[in-house]
Formats: sequence, structure tokens, C-alpha cells
Amino acid sequence: MSEILVDVKNLSKEYKRGGETLVVLKDLNLEIPKEDFLALMGPSGSGKSTLLNLIGGLDTPSSGSVSINGERIDQMNSKQLSNWRASNVGFIFQFYNLLPVLTAQKNIELPLLLTNLSSSQRKQHVETALNIVGLSDRSGHKPSELSGGQQQRVAIARALVSDPDILVCDEPTGDLDRDTATEILNLLKSLNQDHGKTILMVTHDPAAADSAKRSLHLDKGKLAS
Amino acid sequence: MKWFRQIFAVTNMNLLSITQRFGSSLVVIVGIAGSVAVMVSLLAMASGLQSTVEGTGDSDRAMILRSGSNSELSSVISIEEANVLSNAPGLEEYEGKPMIAFEVYTVVDLMKKGAEDTSNLPLRGVDSMSFVVRPETKIIKGRNFELGRSELIVGKGAYDQYQGLEIGDEVVLRNSAWTVVGVFSTDGDIHESELWADVKVTQSAFQRGAATSNAIARLESESTFETFAIYAESDPRLEVKVENELAYYKNQASGVSAVISSFGYLVAVIMAIGSIFAALNSMYSAVSTRLVEIGTLRAVGFRGSSILAALMIESMMLALAGGLLGAGLSYIVFNGYTVSTLAAGTFSQTSFDFAVTGDIMIQGLILALVVGFLGGFLPALRAARQNITDALRAL
Ligand SMILES: Nc1ncnc2c1ncn2[C@@H]1O[C@H](COP(=O)(O)OP(=O)(O)O)[C@@H](O)[C@H]1O
Ligand SMILES: [Mg+2]
Repeated sequence: MSEILVDVKNLSKEYKRGGETLVVLKDLNLEIPKEDFLALMGPSGSGKSTLLNLIGGLDTPSSGSVSINGERIDQMNSKQLSNWRASNVGFIFQFYNLLPVLTAQKNIELPLLLTNLSSSQRKQHVETALNIVGLSDRSGHKPSELSGGQQQRVAIARALVSDPDILVCDEPTGDLDRDTATEILNLLKSLNQDHGKTILMVTHDPAAADSAKRSLHLDKGKLAS
Repeated sequence: MKWFRQIFAVTNMNLLSITQRFGSSLVVIVGIAGSVAVMVSLLAMASGLQSTVEGTGDSDRAMILRSGSNSELSSVISIEEANVLSNAPGLEEYEGKPMIAFEVYTVVDLMKKGAEDTSNLPLRGVDSMSFVVRPETKIIKGRNFELGRSELIVGKGAYDQYQGLEIGDEVVLRNSAWTVVGVFSTDGDIHESELWADVKVTQSAFQRGAATSNAIARLESESTFETFAIYAESDPRLEVKVENELAYYKNQASGVSAVISSFGYLVAVIMAIGSIFAALNSMYSAVSTRLVEIGTLRAVGFRGSSILAALMIESMMLALAGGLLGAGLSYIVFNGYTVSTLAAGTFSQTSFDFAVTGDIMIQGLILALVVGFLGGFLPALRAARQNITDALRAL
């Protein structure tokens, strides 16, 4: 665990609303080495999601830099960012964000439509991802026909399928009961340990944070361990 | 290639979810169908009228009217002029006689089927040469009138539209009594909306003396038209103008059908503006209910431009469905539907069929697509430009 995957320097993010400026992150620095599993905790509204979105390339900082694998994603335009996200990062959300009209298999295939893979190659990748999350027998089901835990597994398979280096998870167990949450956390742990995925996970559940290798607290725009 | 796959995937998803937005999608389809149906029907009416009136005439026939009058109704040709015209050069001959027929043209009032008021229709006094000059004239029911008797034959269109024109019926036209003896056709042209009678009987019934209204002549060939026209228009004993029959009717048609066409376009545009708002509304709601889905796709790596394209395709497909529905309905309901001109102009009551042509259907579909484009563009642009984190928060 030496090579730095995520390098955040002097990062600030502010939102302007009306005449007022809300400073959410102020001169924040963060390094995440490869194959880390980092839990990000902190009170509601402290800017955890904001930081996660900046690292995942969904948003751009007000100042400072975000480098992932040596690439300055804060300097990319919207189209470059789209392409970057497609191959470098997988998102896992609190409410799974599956597309309701598509089957599990089609949901998982979505990121692969952005690649040059043939349809049989895509099928193969989807099967592998389904295997990893243990849902091979549910590929033809629509989200509404799956439990919350199963939906989150599908979402994790979708985040995995294009084999990104980093997974960013925003309260991935926030909508699940304790037992299901534990299953999902174990799955994330195995992705980190057995598949070498670097994971950045926002949570305000201390039990969830315990699954990670380390955790940091975000409060008033600053990070503390 | 990858971009098309993106668009295809998003479009497919949108269309799959259309059933969940069935109500607002239906409003768009029906609204667009309505504007297209109105436009197609009115244009079909204009083109039907135009083709009926334009289809009247033959390029080697000449219409002779008094110079300065632009319709048969206001034209007068004296018997002296008729004699001079009969000896003009260039006329075809039939059994040794020049093929020129002097006719009386006037307007009478009759009751339409199901109507409470009378409307105008033309009465044409014709002589036996009229039938020779117009060989397309056929008696399709009953018989022709006999010379010297107060008998009428009725054009097929007038027969269908007016009451009291059955064979054997007595008809009173401005105080003179006539008997209907036959029905005639003229290959679907404007004369089928007329009543015909013996020119001599007509002259006396309508106190025209020996004067006629106009003449119709058949020329030896199209090329002798000039010879005849120059002679007739330059002879000092004559005060007439000569027009190619085809050109005469074409001119008469263009005014009225242009009015109907522009009315059709106007109403269609007004309705289309309404449909644009319906489409805007539906597409905005389609976008806002799917904000999270759109944000998710963007997070996964789909480009804003493919979201834009897919939403545009959805809107255009709704529009196309509306366009096909509207054009199809007006085809089924109106194609071949027979009506008469509303205003009694030069033609009095000309009956004609709506003609829903391919060209008009295409115009209807273009209108639909324009509505779909305009109604879809702004919502699609908003969706494509939407800040991803805001979209994801919209839960
Ligand atoms: N797009 C935005 N516009 C304005 N304020 C925002 C926006 N996104 C987040 N915020 C504000 O930034 C702060 C941090 O939000 P967030 O990162 O979601 O916090 P957390 O995930 O830690 O609960 C909150 O006060 C929130 O209201
Ligand atoms: Mg949050």
C-alpha cells in the first residue's frame, strides 16, 4: 500500500445561492493509496457527498486539484469527464439508482455500452459481475422484483462491470436493515481484498465504518482521523 | 458508433417507460393528430377543388368571352359577333360546320338536399354543337333534352347535391317551368355542377333576345389557336377575348383554392402552436420524473449529448405517431368526400371531392415533426445540461 491513487490538494468547494456563498469544503487535502478501503464519516450536511462527487468526477471544485491515477480530473471538460467516469470509477448509491424498466442484466450492461465490447463480450462481463455479487439466478428480474439488498447487489455489479480502479459509495447501507447491510459490507470488503478495488465509502454508521481499513471524519470543511 | 449505441440504449429505455407517462404522451399524440388532421383536410379540400376546376378544359379548345369580362356570367356576345366568329380561321369543322358553340350562362336558385335555403347553381343554354365540342359529355341517366322544349339535363354533381332534380320532376326557374329529363357527366369536371338546357329556349325564358354569353370552340390543332385568337381579337367588328380553355379554368381555380390553402395553413399553425405547448409540457414532465435516472446515466458515463438526442427522438416519435394518426384519420374520413364550394363566386356551387394526396400527407407529417422538434428541444436540452449532482439529489 504505497502508490497514491487519489490525490486531493487544497480542495475548496462553495455553493452560491442568491447573494450568499456557502463554503462546504475549505483547503482540504486527502491522499488515498491504491487498494485502500476508506470510510468517510461526519455529521449530516458536512460535505461528505460533495467530496465524494468531486473525487468521482461528478462535480468540479471551486479551487484546488483532484488527481486520480495521476490524471487531473478537475481540469477536464464535461465530455472528457463522462469518458473518464465510464472507465475509471464505479458509483454505488444509497437508493441503488437502478433503472426501473430494465432487468438486472440490462442495468449492469449499461456502462459496457460505452465501450467497444461486442454484445457477447458484454454478456460475459455481466455474467462475471453477477457471479461476484452472487445474483446469477436473478439476471432477468426487474428492480421492482428484487429486495433492497438484491437491488444494491445489482448496483454493485453495475459499478464493477467495467472494472474501474475505484468504487465510490454514498451511504451504500443507508437504506438497508442490519443483516442485509452486513452482507453488503462483506461484499465490499471482499471486493477490496480479493479484487483489489480501492473503495471510498461515505457512511454515518460506525458499524459500517468498522468494515473499512480506516476512517476519516469530515467536519466544518476539514478532515480529521 | 459508441455514441449511437448510447442513444439507442437511452431511447429504448425512454420508450419502455412511456407506459408510465401514458396520459401526457397521449395528450401530445392527440394534440398533434388534431392539428395535422385539420391541415390535411383543408389542403385536401383545396387540392380537390383545384383538380376539379383545373381538370376542366382541353388545350385545343378556346373560350371566347366579351373583352373586359373575366367570367362567363358577365360576358355577352351578340348575334352579329357570333356570325363573324363562326367564319374565323383555325376552327375545326364537323360535318361541314365550324366547331363553335354559342351558349347562354346564367345562375338559378335551387334547394340543396337537406338545406332550408336555396343556393346558386349555373344554368347553361347549349346547342347541339356544344356536345360536339365537348365529346366528354355523356348522358348517364334518362335522355338529352329535345330542341325547342323546356327540358333540363342535370350535371351529375348537381344531381347528387340538389333536391327535386329527379327525372320527370318539374322545376321552376325564375317563373318558367322546366322538366328534368336526364343526368349527364363530363369526366368529373366543373360542368357536372351545372344544369343544361336548349340555348334558344333559355334565351327566351331569360329574356336574352338573340344574344349569348360566351362561345366555346374547338380548333384544328393547338397551333391554330394563335391564328384564331389574333383574328378574333383584332377584327374591329368583334369585342371579344380568346383564352385557352385550360388556362381559363386554371386561373379561376387558383384564387379560391389559394384562399382555402392559406386558411388551412393558418389554422394548422395556430393548432400546432397549442400542440407545441402540450409537447413541451409532456417532455418537461418526462424529464423531471426521470431526473434521477438521467443523473445516474450521466454518472455511469453517458454523455449529455446522447441524453439530448434520445429525448429528441422520443419527442419526435410521439409527434410522428400523432402525425400518422391525424393524416390517416383525415384520409379515411375525407378522401373522396364530396362537397360544394361554400361561396358562390364565379363557379356558383361547384361540387368536388377532397383529394388527400401523398404530397399533402407528407406536409402533415412534416408539421408533426416540426412540432415534436420544437416541443422536445428545450426540455431535452435542460436534461442534457442538468448538473449531475443536482439530478441525483432530486430523489
Ligand atoms: N447543489 C447545491 N447547491 C447548494 N448547496 C448545496 C448543493 N449541494 C450540497 N449543498 C449543501 O452543501 C452542504 C453539504 O452537502 P452534502 O455534501 O450533501 O452533505 P453530506 O453528504 O455530508 O450530508 C449542505 O449544506 C448542502 O445543503
Ligand atoms: Mg450525503
